[in-house]
Amino acid sequence: MTKYINRRVLVIILTVLIAVVVASAFLASIFISDSDVEPDFSNTQLPPSLEHPFGTDWLGRDLFLRTLKGLSTSLTVGVIASVISAVAAILIGVASAVGSKFIDSVITWLIDLIMGVPHTVLIILISFACGRGLKGLLVGIAVTHWTSLARLIRGEVLQLRTQQYIAVSRRLGKSSGWILVNHLLPHLVPQFIVGLILLFPHAILHEASISFLGYGLPPEQPAIGIILAESTKYLSAGIWWPAVFPGLLLVVIVLLIDRLGENLRILIDPYSAHE
Amino acid sequence: MSSISGRLLQTFLSYGVRILLLLLVVSIIAFALVCLSPVDPIQQYILGVGSVSAEQREELEDYWGVNDAPVERYMNWLTALLHGDFGVSLLYRRPVLDIIGERFLNSIALMFSSWLLSGVIGFTLGCLMGMYRERMTDRILKKICYILSSIPTFWLGLILLLVFSVYLKWFPIGFSSPIGITSSEVSLWQRLYHLALPAITLSLMSFSQIALHTRQKLIDVMESDYVLFARSRGESRFTVLRRHGLRNIVLPALTLQFASFAELFGGSVIAENVFSYPGLGSAVSAAGLNSDVPLLLGITIFSTLFVCIGNMIANLLYGVVDPQIREAQS
Amino acid sequence: MKEPLLEVVDLSVSFKMYDSLLERKELKVISDLSLTLYPNEVLAVAGSSGSGKSLLASAILGLLPPHAKIGGKMYYQGRRLTPALQKELRGSQLALVPQSISYLDPLMKIGKQVDGHKKPHPASDRIKLFEHLGLPKGTEKLYPFQLSGGMARRVLVSTAILSSANIIIADEPTPGMSLEQSIEALSMFRQMADSGKAVILITHDIDLAFQFADRIAVFYAGTTVETASSEDFRTGPSALRHPYSKALWNALPQNGFVPLPGFQPYAGDLPQGCPFSPRCPMSTPECQKTMPPTQKIRGGEVRCIYAT
Repeated sequence: MTKYINRRVLVIILTVLIAVVVASAFLASIFISDSDVEPDFSNTQLPPSLEHPFGTDWLGRDLFLRTLKGLSTSLTVGVIASVISAVAAILIGVASAVGSKFIDSVITWLIDLIMGVPHTVLIILISFACGRGLKGLLVGIAVTHWTSLARLIRGEVLQLRTQQYIAVSRRLGKSSGWILVNHLLPHLVPQFIVGLILLFPHAILHEASISFLGYGLPPEQPAIGIILAESTKYLSAGIWWPAVFPGLLLVVIVLLIDRLGENLRILIDPYSAHE
Repeated sequence: MSSISGRLLQTFLSYGVRILLLLLVVSIIAFALVCLSPVDPIQQYILGVGSVSAEQREELEDYWGVNDAPVERYMNWLTALLHGDFGVSLLYRRPVLDIIGERFLNSIALMFSSWLLSGVIGFTLGCLMGMYRERMTDRILKKICYILSSIPTFWLGLILLLVFSVYLKWFPIGFSSPIGITSSEVSLWQRLYHLALPAITLSLMSFSQIALHTRQKLIDVMESDYVLFARSRGESRFTVLRRHGLRNIVLPALTLQFASFAELFGGSVIAENVFSYPGLGSAVSAAGLNSDVPLLLGITIFSTLFVCIGNMIANLLYGVVDPQIREAQS
Repeated sequence: MKEPLLEVVDLSVSFKMYDSLLERKELKVISDLSLTLYPNEVLAVAGSSGSGKSLLASAILGLLPPHAKIGGKMYYQGRRLTPALQKELRGSQLALVPQSISYLDPLMKIGKQVDGHKKPHPASDRIKLFEHLGLPKGTEKLYPFQLSGGMARRVLVSTAILSSANIIIADEPTPGMSLEQSIEALSMFRQMADSGKAVILITHDIDLAFQFADRIAVFYAGTTVETASSEDFRTGPSALRHPYSKALWNALPQNGFVPLPGFQPYAGDLPQGCPFSPRCPMSTPECQKTMPPTQKIRGGEVRCIYAT
């Protein structure tokens, strides 16, 4: 309660910070030509310096530029996967709430099913089915991430349906579509946006983890997970910078987005939200 | 009393049926996914053993049933599965069930220790945060929890490896036992020594959830009417925590811990890979990367069973411990 | 005159809030409330529901939420009631009788719960009292959710009887009860007062209050507007001093059911001056200037510049 006034300011600050990081990652990926991250065997495994703020890797590629490019790849995958699963979540959640009892129980069971298989295992399986690569990664993350938001939306719609103003609208002869557009959507859209923002960090973390395991993107792609996977080979030799900086940047962006989502959620619904 | 145990048995049975049904569907989906894969297992197998004659190839195709319809292949696989035959791993050239059994022991040691560690640490810190709500302790711990939940498991593992194994040399770089010693010679101490870092990584990844959950539950309890009344009767904040707090928050925390087996297993896949720890997790990712279909399917089924058992325990616990449910049933 | 057991002088309780315009605002829920409690009496604090009366109980016990701001002074047997003293007195000299079953730990059996953490009395006392209160055998082995409403009320009262407290604060003990049940509950408090204790009865049921209480403090918009003997309330408007008390009396079913127009103001937007002035038939511009001070008239206390 006491932080209510700060929360809006915080949300604005977070949004700006995220915008800066995301914009720089994408600008970097556009303006950095592939030649800038070409192997340079005269400069392999240099520790961080002014010229190479994150150091260079085993092929002499500049890790700062590679990390920025990798971040833009990770962000792209994260955005696409979380948009797909958020859209799936809202469609499935609403269908579950307004559909027949049969549909509801099928969907509830489907959610139990997806929650019943460890996500990492399921993503590995899906990625295998898609012949690895980006497609498998996207599908895998999308399939595993919609469930909790769908549950939330289902609960929200079920609760909204018991509200008196909905009953009144029905009595007034408004169609279901009218009620959906005028009464349900205004409540669901904020939920959807917050849900989407909160899905995003999870999606990125999963993307990085799965890439790290060797699934998903091909090794020459500069994804954060791949850079970090490469770094493990040289870790025992004390080459720490390829492991530290790319991961740190990933943590920062995930933390920022997660905080933005949580704070927005509390702003939208201060009563039900946990601090 | 007998009616309670009878009812427990009944619930147990109904869960059993539900789990079996779920496993069946998971097996169908997993098999379908594997069939969809453009990766040819025979090609992979041949790559593994080197060149094979056309006859051998045919034999293999026969063995794998490549030319059968998927449904037929599934039925064959399922029949074998029900007879306890999970097939032979392409990667390890040994029966899948043996590998699962052996590696599960390693994994369960890792998962159980980190489960216990994260549960105890998370619960304790959650209580601390709830008791000192919005004070310095709470604010700092809350930030730590938020940060930890934004760190990918593998990166935390890498950093711990870098600090404690590479620089401080306190822990080994990997494997569940020293290399070059047969498993029977490995002492418990050596096992623990190799287990420590992955277990710490895994518990650091999962304690924040239980800590934040416990914190919120304790705050709800401390703001409840019954705590106000207890305080009005002279109970100090700590007496309240002991008499009412723990009683009301242990159960939800325990339930959450049991319901988190899926995340636990998922985390162990990552942690085992970072620390080259020979458990189910490193086996499943190796199986996927090397197109070891029987092993991949076997571990999928097994991990699903593992998660379902956790969920079942969570649900049963609720029925056994909550008097409201227990007394209503008897 | 007897020594007062408890004195509350100019008590105010406020909360810091943020309204929708993001402006910090102090929400004064109780303002300049004064009352005095003597041994052997039941003092009713009567006012309509949701007017912040329950916070009075928390304030006396020292159990307000941490973000509450408290002003004014309180004295227990002449000693300044500091947080340390409150801590010492809770459970020993001050007892709360809460309003509902939600004040019992849902996961603790009744026996253990009534005995409390220090077990100040032998279990046999509790057994005897349960029997005396007509609680069936085995009640101590039940969980709160298994109690009927009547049993829960007696269990809650039993905690106060078993404690040696000499001040008992009963917070809305009657809502949801039938007339007979209410009378039964209030008789228990009357008996406690007659046995030497003092009872603060916080209630919205003014009708029942003046049957059982010795004095009644009328609570309006966060403060007491009049404190009068029950006798005055039984007599009617001619004996009462404040226009709100008179209006309350007139609104009782047996006295003509005359409703008082308007609403009690919300704590956030109290009017300037006398909080009752917007609804008062006698209001003059003078009333809107300052909060009327407490004055003693005919043995009672009243906050109205035109009281007679």
